[in-house]
Amino acid sequence: MNTSISFADLAPEALRIPPRHTRYIRDQRDPNAFLVHRSVFTDPAVLARERETVFEKCWIYAGHASEIPNPGDFVTRQVAGRPVILTRERDQGVRVHFNSCSHRGAEVCRELRGNTRRFRCFYHSWSFDTAGALVAMPDEDAYPAGFDRASHGLAGPAKVDSYCDFIFINLDPRAGSLDDYLAGAKTYLDLTAEQSGNGMVITPGTHEYSMRSNWKLLAENSSDGYHAVSVHKTYLDVQRSRGDDISGDTSTDWKMSRALDLGNGHTVTIKQGPMPRPIARWQPSMGLDTKPIVEESFRRLVELHGEERASLIAKQDFNMLIFPNLVLNNIMANIIRTFYPIEPGLMNVTAWSLAPAGETPEARRVRNEQFLSFLGPAGLATPDDNEALESCQRGYFSRPGEGWSDVSRGMDKDEPANYDELQMRTFWRRWDDLVEELV
Amino acid sequence: MTQTQRPLRDVAPIAPSRFSRSEVEDFLFYEADLLDAWRLDEWRELFAPDGRYIVPSTDDPDGDPDVHLALINDDEVGRRGRIQRLMSTWAHIENPHSLTRRLVGNVRVWDEQAALPEVGVRCSTIVYRSRPSGTTTYAGQLTYRLRHVDGAFAIVLKRVNLDHHTLRDSGGVLSILI
Repeated sequence: MNTSISFADLAPEALRIPPRHTRYIRDQRDPNAFLVHRSVFTDPAVLARERETVFEKCWIYAGHASEIPNPGDFVTRQVAGRPVILTRERDQGVRVHFNSCSHRGAEVCRELRGNTRRFRCFYHSWSFDTAGALVAMPDEDAYPAGFDRASHGLAGPAKVDSYCDFIFINLDPRAGSLDDYLAGAKTYLDLTAEQSGNGMVITPGTHEYSMRSNWKLLAENSSDGYHAVSVHKTYLDVQRSRGDDISGDTSTDWKMSRALDLGNGHTVTIKQGPMPRPIARWQPSMGLDTKPIVEESFRRLVELHGEERASLIAKQDFNMLIFPNLVLNNIMANIIRTFYPIEPGLMNVTAWSLAPAGETPEARRVRNEQFLSFLGPAGLATPDDNEALESCQRGYFSRPGEGWSDVSRGMDKDEPANYDELQMRTFWRRWDDLVEELV
Repeated sequence: MTQTQRPLRDVAPIAPSRFSRSEVEDFLFYEADLLDAWRLDEWRELFAPDGRYIVPSTDDPDGDPDVHLALINDDEVGRRGRIQRLMSTWAHIENPHSLTRRLVGNVRVWDEQAALPEVGVRCSTIVYRSRPSGTTTYAGQLTYRLRHVDGAFAIVLKRVNLDHHTLRDSGGVLSILI
């Protein structure tokens, strides 16, 4: 496969990383072993700790700039457990406010999306502009002398920044820059952005679903190559019956892969998978009529980036986790997925499709078909991930506080693959560093 | 500011169709029975070869599923694949199959175009669904275009608009056919 991305961390994991022995993690050498204590999936005290040391300290994905292209555009959603408004100001700057009135706390915006000059709280009609400043309120004269409108603006996260149109917030005023935080993940955000000559956009239509399992199981599952064949056999079988050359050779195809530590808990698994990919990998299941569309897509990439870079952009599949809860998978389509714990055994999941701006309707149709064939809460694959994760969670709840999960696959290898578990160990080590305040 | 209307909520009186409501209901009730019995290949055969089965995303009920991201946008090939999967013991979330019982009601029928033997149908459905790990209920509005060929109806379009703001805690995901 094309390996023109340089691997900065070629030293084998077991030599590079010191062992650890904490409440929740056993990272052992001679022999290598990696164990995670299962109380991390069931204990409410662990979740409380995660809110404080993970979600209030890390950069958390909030949305994509293409969702609010024009001044006054806004979307509302929950990010890191907070209700937020993402909006764009007249100066084109992106603003993120907590969707909670400075007066009594009610939501100042109760629509999912739209365009406005003012956010008016329905409770007492306090109104805020898109910069979050309090601009109007009924009977202002009744407030005592010294009442200062300027100190009653909408609150917001301590920091907001973006990279390749991915908007992140940070609740910690002492947090370092987003650029430093993203570390090696930037390489893959760049590769995604380069799929288009004129930007990437979120496709309208949001997948909002839930799983009755701990949020960290989805962090693991989203780049778990080991489960692909057993959990997603029905997807592979269906593709095979549509004429794709992916079965029989399934094991070899999925095995040309690597798992990489990108720094700060971020990981990626890269491979050239067997699945069709509308950006440049035509397969018979896509239908003969779509072949020219896919070939044209690749031709344009070569024009923009040259043959070698175009191959990397278009043909190298990857599943990336940006710690702690952002997944960007460039597989049969580009999925952005984020998730947040409601309870130890319940998470909300939100997912979007990311597509080249100005894609032709034909190319978009091909992309959507591929996306929905595998991904999404009514796809041929995601519902079975849901079942697997919920089944694990039922197991943990059946003996709460007991047992260890083994995450040691591929630990003896110099170059672990996507069906190994380096990506999960990398997540867990970072998680443990934060939760136990080891850094 | 007025609230945005959800689509397909037009409740204006509908001119009567040349087909009786009970003829159409017989077809819809048969379809409901096939789905509850997991006789999915027979369900698939109710569709015209060019038929579509569409479930839009919950936040985008009137989006064009070719351009927007839907939950399901199946043509004949898509339905075949979905059914092949759902009937496999490797469709883990549907092994064992959910027990479902659905009601179809409030049926309204109109002629699509005078020149075509096609009727439009709008109705409501409630699907009670039980799994070993829990029970949930889906509510939705169904919109059909049915083509009358050789004395029988065939589904040209079935669009399911879920009456759920999100799928959260309405089964979490959508692994059955509505």
